[in-house]
Amino acid sequence: MNGFDLSLIFLDYTIRNVVLGALVLGIVSGTLSAFAVLRKQSLLGDTMSHAALPGVIIAFLITGVRAPLPLLIGAMIAGWIGTLIMRLITAETRIKQDSAQGLVLSVFFGFGMALLSWVTRQPGAEHSGLDNFLFGQAAATVAEDVQTMAMVGILVLMLIVVFWKEFKLISFDMQYAKTLGLRVGLMDVLLTTLIVVAVVVGLQMVGVVLMSAMIVAPGVAARQWTNRLGVMIGLSAMFGAAAGVTGALVSSTALNMPTGPVIVLAISAIVVVSLLFAPERGVIWEHIRQLRRRGVLHAQIARQRLITDSKRPAISSQPANQPVAQPIPVQSGGSANAKGVLKP
Amino acid sequence: MVTKNANNIPLVIEDLTVAYREEPVLWDVDLTVPQGALMAIVGPNGAGKSTLIKAALDLVDKAAGRVTIYGKPYAEQRQMVAYVPQRGSVDWDFPTNALDVVTMGRYGRLGWIKRPTKSDRQIAYESLVKVGMESFAQRQISQLSGGQQQRVFLARALAQDAQLYIMDEPFQGVDATTEKAIITVLKDLQANGRTVLVVHHDLETVPEYFDHVLLLNVKAIASGRVDEVFTPENLRATYGSRVDALIRQGVEA
Repeated sequence: MNGFDLSLIFLDYTIRNVVLGALVLGIVSGTLSAFAVLRKQSLLGDTMSHAALPGVIIAFLITGVRAPLPLLIGAMIAGWIGTLIMRLITAETRIKQDSAQGLVLSVFFGFGMALLSWVTRQPGAEHSGLDNFLFGQAAATVAEDVQTMAMVGILVLMLIVVFWKEFKLISFDMQYAKTLGLRVGLMDVLLTTLIVVAVVVGLQMVGVVLMSAMIVAPGVAARQWTNRLGVMIGLSAMFGAAAGVTGALVSSTALNMPTGPVIVLAISAIVVVSLLFAPERGVIWEHIRQLRRRGVLHAQIARQRLITDSKRPAISSQPANQPVAQPIPVQSGGSANAKGVLKP
Repeated sequence: MVTKNANNIPLVIEDLTVAYREEPVLWDVDLTVPQGALMAIVGPNGAGKSTLIKAALDLVDKAAGRVTIYGKPYAEQRQMVAYVPQRGSVDWDFPTNALDVVTMGRYGRLGWIKRPTKSDRQIAYESLVKVGMESFAQRQISQLSGGQQQRVFLARALAQDAQLYIMDEPFQGVDATTEKAIITVLKDLQANGRTVLVVHHDLETVPEYFDHVLLLNVKAIASGRVDEVFTPENLRATYGSRVDALIRQGVEA
């Protein structure tokens, strides 16, 4: 974005929509990403987003327009049917969660792709842009999209504020929450639904293929920096927003690239930095601490040796080395003995 | 089981049967936990000890049976019951501290939207004091030792201020300090007229820590006062002959 004029964001219609849309998308998916990661539901986002594709196409076929709300509702319904089938598979058969997710994801996505290629071969121009749902196209965002996204986003955030302690407790200890008399089943469905909503909100900009990254990455990155849930969710929303805006701007201005891949690259950079450099949990600090611990340990061993050495009266220079060297032959002899005893 | 004063009995379980697929885990179990009892549930691995308390708390589905708390169905009496789950049942790498986890014990009384108040936090802090963990109040929970995590769970249940406490293996793999702290809390609860039901794995300490016991192996073998039912015959019926060595070691005395 060399020489990019910031005032353009507020003047240019397209860019303003793109930035606002990406901001909403990043905040919503970032917020729910924190819960998805803590609830170990991050792969659910992947299944949901792929499963949403046939819903989008069918909604278009029914309504005949590319209005955002019907398409989002179609995506929601398809995502929900996907979740339902997944639960049915794990409950009624011996197939495990991961396989059930894989099955639903590929079957729904395959069906969606088949529908999509059929629709785009039909005459008429209404369906143009439907294939943007694959990898997302921020530049195609219009004011109506942004309004829909913002309304959905505000509703999602309000629900999180209202059910804060319920969501927190079921994310930490579901069974205990149930014994307290919290409506655990309802809260579970609601929170899972909100995660699906977050996926659906981002579909048009990021695309069904890569939207799952926005449900996994911001939460993973945010967890690195804090030990408090509220701060984690705030950071997660910020990371999501930063990645969303960066990706949307780059893709819609300079290169006209699909938005999904650029956003994923941006959030991946944040994840890499967080995994490496975050204090306490970062890999690098962990390594430094380990080296330091080892250093302290070595110093202790060396000091111990000095003490044992100095306690032995040094008669000549030769035996002075022996106390240090001695333990090794004794140990190996001991283990050899043990083997000898065990063998017969 | 018809009793004169069912309202005074903390926990009555009748005809409880639980099955996973076709395999029965609990078979027609009856249990009465008397007021003020400190009761252990013992039995071999796979005897259904944890399943029994989870079924009583509606955490697993019952194939048959009824559970009443002070004379009423559990669903109406949740406020009177506090549950201490196994430490391993949650991921301790959750972004929160010890005091906050204990404060969760107050959530059941708060109602929708309401946040914990100052007095809730005060109660939570006092509960941490009771288990000797007040100096760890602000500590991230993944940085606590296993025994400390167990004490945090116990404190969370204390913060509920319940009448009946149900604990799943609180002594599993804890250090001596924690074991002592838990015992103190148990005796303290009993002294305050509360009733405690504990899944326990160590036969040797049963007579020392508890006054009532349930011997369980899918079926209820015996239950009642420790000095009456904790006998070699009942233990043999529960564990099979493998328990003989153990009996010789201490229980017989």
